[in-house]
Amino acid sequence: MHSFGYRANALLTFALTILALICAMVSLSDNLNSPSPSAEIQILNINWFQRHPDGNDEVSLTLNITADLQSLFTWNTKQVFVFVAAEYETPKNSLNQVSVWDGIIPAKEHAKFWIQTSNKYRLIDQGGNLRGKEFNLTLHWHVMPKTGKMFADKIVMSGYRLPEEYR
Amino acid sequence: MFSDLAALASNPRQSLSQILNFALVLSTAFMMWKTLSVIADSPSPIVVVLSGSMEPAFQRGDLLFLWNRDKAAQVGEIVVYNVKGKDIPIVHRVVRRVEVVDKKTGSRDMRLLTKGDNNVADDTELYARGQEYLDRKEDIIGSVRGYVPCVGYVTILLSEYPWLKKVMLGLMGVMVVLQRE
Repeated sequence: MHSFGYRANALLTFALTILALICAMVSLSDNLNSPSPSAEIQILNINWFQRHPDGNDEVSLTLNITADLQSLFTWNTKQVFVFVAAEYETPKNSLNQVSVWDGIIPAKEHAKFWIQTSNKYRLIDQGGNLRGKEFNLTLHWHVMPKTGKMFADKIVMSGYRLPEEYR
Repeated sequence: MFSDLAALASNPRQSLSQILNFALVLSTAFMMWKTLSVIADSPSPIVVVLSGSMEPAFQRGDLLFLWNRDKAAQVGEIVVYNVKGKDIPIVHRVVRRVEVVDKKTGSRDMRLLTKGDNNVADDTELYARGQEYLDRKEDIIGSVRGYVPCVGYVTILLSEYPWLKKVMLGLMGVMVVLQRE
């Protein structure tokens, strides 16, 4: 009844239960944070815009991304994954979402940033539908906790349009 | 030790009930796993990260909880998929999503392209030959919703050193059988 093994077992079980409980409470505490992030994206330049021999349109953009995601960080935040996706509709596909840039923010100090970049991933359409196409640029973020539930949200910025001619 | 074994032989009713207890523990664990599977609608609701391709978000041995009830996968979501013909589930992020509507039947097809945060190129190379995208319904077994670090490392050890499995099972069996009330 009071052997060494019995006591060791009881201690271990108790310690693990407390640890799990603390982890759950820490994860729940994330819900108390109501973030108010802001973002702005400008298209500075259409670097080039062409149709491939297989009929697919591809465009290269230079983007100016300004964002303040500091309020997303809590004591349980390991990193924030942030990315910009271009979203548009075509006759064949009801929705196209293409990630064009992403980054990992490891700490709150780096969460207020400004970057001028060309698209990191290729913006290629499945077809030749990009001329004069209206599209949204959406800044998405995924909050990666140290433990517990993950959070994700986005800011949609609309009203962008590609040129009518290839260049 | 030997006196324990002797006691065991002299009291078969008690030792039988202890073996039954052990079987009960095992089947309870199995039932909990299956219940979770039904709740999350995923064949494996908990997975262990096996590679470093999602670092720094996930390291080897981290435990992930999956949810498979959403029929849409968003861009940026971390999904777990099985490549056709391979057994190992892969945990990667969706970087491209195209929704195709069949004009005749009105059914929606979700086509996804994935990439590991720590990889330079997207996963086209990893997919089965001739496959250029994942189908939400067919290939994805869930998207990651919850995260606990390190806990799953035991299973990596167990699969890398198979003899450890036998040792652990043996120890558990011996302890249960020899334990007195």
